[in-house]
Amino acid sequence: MGGMAAPQVVPVETPDTDEVPASDRQWVTIVWDDPVNLMTYVTWVFQKLFGYSRERAEQLMLDVHHKGRAVVSTGARERMEHDASQLHAYGLWATVDRS
Amino acid sequence: MSMFHRQAGRYVAVFAVDEVRVLRKVASEVVGLLTDGFDHTDPVVGRLFPAVYPEDAPGTAEFRRYTEGDLKTAKIDQAGAILAALPDEAGGEVRLDAEAAEAWLRALNDARLAMGVRLEIKDGTDLGEELDDAVAEDPGSSRVFQLSVYAYLGYLQESLLNALID
Repeated sequence: MGGMAAPQVVPVETPDTDEVPASDRQWVTIVWDDPVNLMTYVTWVFQKLFGYSRERAEQLMLDVHHKGRAVVSTGARERMEHDASQLHAYGLWATVDRS
Repeated sequence: MSMFHRQAGRYVAVFAVDEVRVLRKVASEVVGLLTDGFDHTDPVVGRLFPAVYPEDAPGTAEFRRYTEGDLKTAKIDQAGAILAALPDEAGGEVRLDAEAAEAWLRALNDARLAMGVRLEIKDGTDLGEELDDAVAEDPGSSRVFQLSVYAYLGYLQESLLNALID
């Protein structure tokens, strides 16, 4: 098609999480250990909210339980705030921080 | 004590009259906490609405400005899902679809978080021991009642979760 006119319509790129600048990607959502939440419930919430496999969700839950905290998602700040607010709706103790 | 089980795609439990009263009371208390009684300095509210940036008060305030209204509404609605599904006066059957079952799970968790803060439940707290101590001190005390309700809600939440996962 050499020599043809350039396409008239240039597709507009809509940035998604993979395309944001690296400086905006360095945020994490952290879930903290809590004496009330049931271990099975925390595992279920991780599967439900993040679509993690049972194994991954269980491992994260155990990290929270034994280490006191675990990073459950990484990405742009707005995305992490969204995750934290979802986790708060389920009663998990979540915070956002730079990675 | 009642347990949930799955029956034809629904989550079903039969509650005694005392259980209905207790569930109505704790769900109403959560609603009260989130409406008229809403107070950021209350440690229970602090636990249900954690500071998203523990080291950054303005950042946390900004986050709350955008999210707190929705979060509060969601929590009131999920406590309302318990109230809506309970039998009116006496005991009886509760039958939940998947959506209502998840609302119940979240609401039972909120109620347990609120009670856990008030009862000062810590990592490694042995509920049986706490209860024995409280009974030894005064079997008719509010702490005995609250600890029993807290244990009951955990048991109920776990049974509903197991029914959902199975």
